[in-house]
Amino acid sequence: MSDYVHPYRDTEFVLNELVELEGFCSGAGLNEVNGELVSAILAEAGRLGSEVLAPLNAIGDTRGARLSERGVEETPGFAAAYRQFQESGWPSLTAAEAWGGQNLPNVVGTAVNEIWHSANLAFALCPMLTQGALEAIAHHASAELQAAYLPKLVSGEWTGTMNLTEPDAGSDLAAIKTRAVPNGDHYLISGQKIFITWGDHQMTDNVIHLVLARLPDAPAGVKGISLFIVPKFLLDAQGNPGARNDAQCVSLEHKLGIHASPTCVMSFGEKEGAVGYLVGEPHKGLACMFTMMNHARQSVGLQGLSISERAYQQARQYARERLQGTRKDGSRFPIIEFPDVRRMLLQMKASIEAMRALALVAAAEVDRVTHAPDPAAAARHQGRVDLLTPIVKGWLTELAQEVTSLGVQIHGGMGFIEETGAARHYRDARILTIYEGTTGIQALDLVGRKTLLNRGELLAGLFDEIGETVARLESAAPFAVQARALGEALAAGREARRLLLEGAEGDAALAGSVSVNFLMLCGYLCGGWLMAGSALRAQALLEAGGDRAFLEAKLVSARFYSEQLLPRTQSLLAAIRAGSGSIMALSDEQF
Amino acid sequence: MKVLVTVKRVIDYNVKVRVKPDQSDVDLANVKMAMNPFCEIAVEAAVRLKEAGLASEIVAVSVGPAACQEQLRTALALGADRGIQIDSGEAPDPLGVAKLLAAVVAAEKPDLVILGKQSIDGDNNQTGQMLAALLDWPQATFASALALEAGRLRVTREIDGGLQSLELNLPAIVTTDLRLNEPRYASLPNIMKAKKKPLEVKSPVELGVTLKAHTRLLKVEAPAERQGGIKVGSVSELVEKLKSEAKVI
Repeated sequence: MSDYVHPYRDTEFVLNELVELEGFCSGAGLNEVNGELVSAILAEAGRLGSEVLAPLNAIGDTRGARLSERGVEETPGFAAAYRQFQESGWPSLTAAEAWGGQNLPNVVGTAVNEIWHSANLAFALCPMLTQGALEAIAHHASAELQAAYLPKLVSGEWTGTMNLTEPDAGSDLAAIKTRAVPNGDHYLISGQKIFITWGDHQMTDNVIHLVLARLPDAPAGVKGISLFIVPKFLLDAQGNPGARNDAQCVSLEHKLGIHASPTCVMSFGEKEGAVGYLVGEPHKGLACMFTMMNHARQSVGLQGLSISERAYQQARQYARERLQGTRKDGSRFPIIEFPDVRRMLLQMKASIEAMRALALVAAAEVDRVTHAPDPAAAARHQGRVDLLTPIVKGWLTELAQEVTSLGVQIHGGMGFIEETGAARHYRDARILTIYEGTTGIQALDLVGRKTLLNRGELLAGLFDEIGETVARLESAAPFAVQARALGEALAAGREARRLLLEGAEGDAALAGSVSVNFLMLCGYLCGGWLMAGSALRAQALLEAGGDRAFLEAKLVSARFYSEQLLPRTQSLLAAIRAGSGSIMALSDEQF
Repeated sequence: MKVLVTVKRVIDYNVKVRVKPDQSDVDLANVKMAMNPFCEIAVEAAVRLKEAGLASEIVAVSVGPAACQEQLRTALALGADRGIQIDSGEAPDPLGVAKLLAAVVAAEKPDLVILGKQSIDGDNNQTGQMLAALLDWPQATFASALALEAGRLRVTREIDGGLQSLELNLPAIVTTDLRLNEPRYASLPNIMKAKKKPLEVKSPVELGVTLKAHTRLLKVEAPAERQGGIKVGSVSELVEKLKSEAKVI
């Protein structure tokens, strides 16, 4: 038995009951996409994940990527696994048919990506970055560049990277220094980029870097940044990789986790200058990056779910097998029988189910924009995507810290021992609240651009929808207690929104002071909303004679969530109510 | 050359098998089902013959309720050209399956039928042999290697104590052992294409077969739980225990 098995039943429950995928697809004219096809896709992805990618997780941790004379050498076994992954067509899942893609909905791609990230987070980062690169090219590059690069990125024959960060430009991209100088039909790029995930490897015969740089006449700040394609190997007349471009990985970072994912320091233009091609308009690079930001941020949120699921499966297995109790008759029993171990397992399980529901519902909103019947509907759904994206990224990845930590805790002393593997998930999870915008950045996005900028309209719409779920719970007999819990959490959300809107004008530090607590409150509330929706559907299916074991467990997860996780909204509200006073009170020296 | 390959829907090998509380059967309610692993090998063998230009068409056949269309779609995604579901209701016993397959063979006239040597649920290891007998075709069971040369089939069989090589005239029956090949994963584009491949449903009546139960399932029990072992102090104690307690020497 594999040590990772995709929980397809929960995924299908969310897709069928919360996303209502089939109805959406037939409404959107995607008639070929139905539950049967999605099951077949998930089953085959699950097999590849369990049998090919998951077994490489441990070796990837102990024998991470290395730098040699020919560049970055990936973990042994990764190249063969990548070839299998690529030849099976998985990179093409959501891409447009024109570029060789399968044109499947984003939410199906998200459900499948959960598998890759659970099976092997470090490996799955490579196709994840490729998808980001190909989206930037698909949305913004010229037809010529698209024709040259998209088919190979869609097929996965080449991989892509995103080169944003520099030593002095992390969260503050305005400080980017990398330069791009026009040179005939292309530009010469020079500068150094850091933290470039999968910036080099030997698995494919080209790597396509997307690089943010400044043109000579660029205005200062973020309005002077342009986006360039810089291939590892320049394309020859036939479009095949030819001469080596002046873009190298010069060193690899030593990291806490995801050791198999090479985190590169990239040097562009050390010799003659790296040949690059402008994507989109000059000085509009950041806007190009933002179109894929929603996707990348949701993808990292999804990683929070994935690593939590992997940690849960391992902890559950251990709790079932580890004999540490003795009955009166002298027989031994496993630790899963101890109430506190059950609490920890259930907390992991309930958290994961809420995370999965939110990740997939948010991913489906992206499809609802793409396939909206009219511009008003598209704008409405885009508003929801904008609102949910920082919550998915911030809340899921923060929750993953707690879930993977519980995974270690359940193992007791063995959890602290690397060979057990539980610590690996805990270490791998730690990057998730940091890259692709830290939790703090997500929270600022949520309170600023997504709330204050629209006077809380987007949140009000979401809260009204949650209010409808509260009403549905109230009218369903078995859910009176859960209705009250969700109602109280919703009231906390509304109060937090009011405090933010009213307090932000008079206190410049308020929004930043309350932002992470605000994000977490919204996360727990959204999770509670979708778990309540899950409970209502599970009850209906149970009454219709559905799968008892699964549906009854779902009802228990939802109940546990409302009892043990939803009340956290109240303490978060208390912290928000406290405002910025103590946070801003100390001088820098007093810290 | 036309190849007919059989596919059975069975409990997924990753699932822990549970017995129904009344011991009437294995509990399959809401359990994950999959293609029998030996059938996967059979499909792979057929697809490799087609890729080598030796087979022109692959027909996948499954016997069972409508749910086994799922496994037929998998076979189609792996490379079979069309599927036939024989709607028999719950799976008949091996002789019933062999009779249904014989009727399909009579209609389809394949040159080669490839079956898994057994299914991981019943573990009967009978259907292929019975089908060969009913058709009066040559059979090569437990194949670990398969080659087609000048219209003759060369099969290496895994037998107790070694390997046996057979040469068969076509048409013939082959049943697959684990080491014949390593089945591929279905690719995403092929999963999509499989939806459009023809899948025909036939009833036993249409095939002129009357199903009859030759065996009766009396009771299903979970295997006894393994008892913990003991440590012996010396070789002589071991020999003594093997004689007196285990009674094996």
